[in-house]
Amino acid sequence: MSSKNPVRTAPHFVAEVDEGGLGAVDAVRVSDRKSNLWLDAWRDLRGRWMFWVSAVFILFIVFVALFPTVFTQVPPNDGCILTVQNETQAAELGVPVGTVISDHGPLPGHPLGFTRQGCDVFSRIVHGTGTSLSVGLIVTVIVAVMGIALGAFAGYFGGWIDSFLMRIGDIFFAIPYILAAVVIMSMFLADRNILIISLAIGFFAWPSTARILRSEVLRVKQLDYVMASEAIGVSKLRTMFSHVMPNSLAPVIIISTVGLAGAITAEATLSFLGVGLPANIFMSWGNDIAQAQQSLRTAPQVLIYPSIALSFTVLAFILLGETVRDALDPKARATR
Amino acid sequence: MFWYIIRRLLQGIPVFLGSTFLIFSMVFLVPGNPVLRMFGDRTPSPEQIAALEAKFHLDQPFLVRYFIYLGDVFQGNLGTTYAGQSVNEILARTFPTTLRLALLAVLIQLIVGVLAGLISGLRKGGIFDHAALIVTLLLISIPVFVLAFVAQWFFGIQLGWFRPTVGSGAPWSDLILPAIVLAALNMAYVVRLTRASVIETSQNDFVRMAYGKGLSRRRVIPVHILRNSMIPVTTNLAADFGILIVGATVTEGIFNVPGVGNELFKAINRHDTPEIVSIVTILVIVYVFVNLLIDLLYGVLDPRIRYVK
Repeated sequence: MSSKNPVRTAPHFVAEVDEGGLGAVDAVRVSDRKSNLWLDAWRDLRGRWMFWVSAVFILFIVFVALFPTVFTQVPPNDGCILTVQNETQAAELGVPVGTVISDHGPLPGHPLGFTRQGCDVFSRIVHGTGTSLSVGLIVTVIVAVMGIALGAFAGYFGGWIDSFLMRIGDIFFAIPYILAAVVIMSMFLADRNILIISLAIGFFAWPSTARILRSEVLRVKQLDYVMASEAIGVSKLRTMFSHVMPNSLAPVIIISTVGLAGAITAEATLSFLGVGLPANIFMSWGNDIAQAQQSLRTAPQVLIYPSIALSFTVLAFILLGETVRDALDPKARATR
Repeated sequence: MFWYIIRRLLQGIPVFLGSTFLIFSMVFLVPGNPVLRMFGDRTPSPEQIAALEAKFHLDQPFLVRYFIYLGDVFQGNLGTTYAGQSVNEILARTFPTTLRLALLAVLIQLIVGVLAGLISGLRKGGIFDHAALIVTLLLISIPVFVLAFVAQWFFGIQLGWFRPTVGSGAPWSDLILPAIVLAALNMAYVVRLTRASVIETSQNDFVRMAYGKGLSRRRVIPVHILRNSMIPVTTNLAADFGILIVGATVTEGIFNVPGVGNELFKAINRHDTPEIVSIVTILVIVYVFVNLLIDLLYGVLDPRIRYVK
């Protein structure tokens, strides 16, 4: 009997650690650099020129939006003149009295010429930056908050909550959001402002974010750490906020960057159609482009410059979104 | 397949009811009495107001009005704008033109988009691929009204290749430029989707198998690669259609194409809320139905879809 030997040795079932061959593949190299999804993505982004070009351009746009007066001293709306009426104006602009300023080409101090109303094109573009960016940002926040909240609840709790929320999403999704915004804006013609236009766009744009977050949550909630969290007694709600959501956010960040570009386009489109921001109060690129319609033949500068500003801003956000997507999604990298 | 169709149709009902209800409730929220607005500066007598309110069912409660409207829609009567025009008439007059424009745009978008996507997918990393990536990026970034204006200014006015605005009767030749503009954005998405899909499909074993048993590229590329790459492109047609509707409004407005979009464009410019709402409702109904059709088509193309819940 084994009782002869009072000292029990635990049987050694674990195989010897094999430091070469297959064992080396499995071994965790503790001395290696820390690595997770975000760090990997950042390392990937750092090496891309497209990321730096778009990021620097976006920072520049934000700076223009915050401090427009650094770039131009000319007021965008006040002091617009159709013709030069007196000597002071003539001396300022360097042209004789009686010159038609409306749709006039560049003059000293007015590098891009004048609109039909005789306002400075450059100043209107610079001051319009803030409008575009604020609408883009507010819409993105609205869409992200609604999409994340509804998508996470639907995906994590499942069952009838999921069916109900997703059917509501289907209904909102069935209405192209610019058309819905047209209807909403045409009801608020009297008091249109940045907040209302952002709500009008964001209110119908959230379902795609919700759908993407939901499918990501459905994937993440199968993972072991979520089960572990629930197993040690953490409540469902807290598990959702501290484990499921942070790990499902990557696709939402990508779609939000591209969505910001979409919101800027939507604002410009609504303003272009005439149900966006009123032209006499807000500087909006969409408005200015719409007004270029009347002077397309005589003064293309009124069309071209705001169009360039708008397109490049949208391009910068789309580029940023694409580079971030490539960095976060290795699958997208494979088809690149 | 039969049960797939039934299930899709049943799923379409709440979406249809919900979206029309959503828009209808927005109309209800319009401030001010629409009857008074019809008279402009004049003040109508109470009898006139009552008669008109009864005519448009404005004296009924909200839900009743919604169901009256829905009943009318199912009987093929799409209602009357507050200006007194029949929506049916407006649609009959404008819809054929829009349909032609949309058809042309979808053709351009699919033919050019799929071809360009196929070439850049097969020659991944080549010059054409890089060029296609840059061009699609630009097309995605430029808003449709900017593109329309620039095309109108450059090709219509500067070069004179096309008429800047569409003539009466909207002949096909005049519709080409608006159709290209309308197709541009979706085309960019089609190119990118086709490219990604072709790259993914080409890596499949069945493609290697096809080459391995001695089939020529001329057979493998269209039959084995392209056909299997078309599924995501088809799925995306539904989203494309939404872009197409908004794009048509802007493009038809700028090129003065006498279609539904132009009607909406003019209504927006006149700030004619009731007409905006009627047209948007119709467009949404069309959108819901087209989505349903594309879903069914998707089921035909990809048998796996029919069996997934």
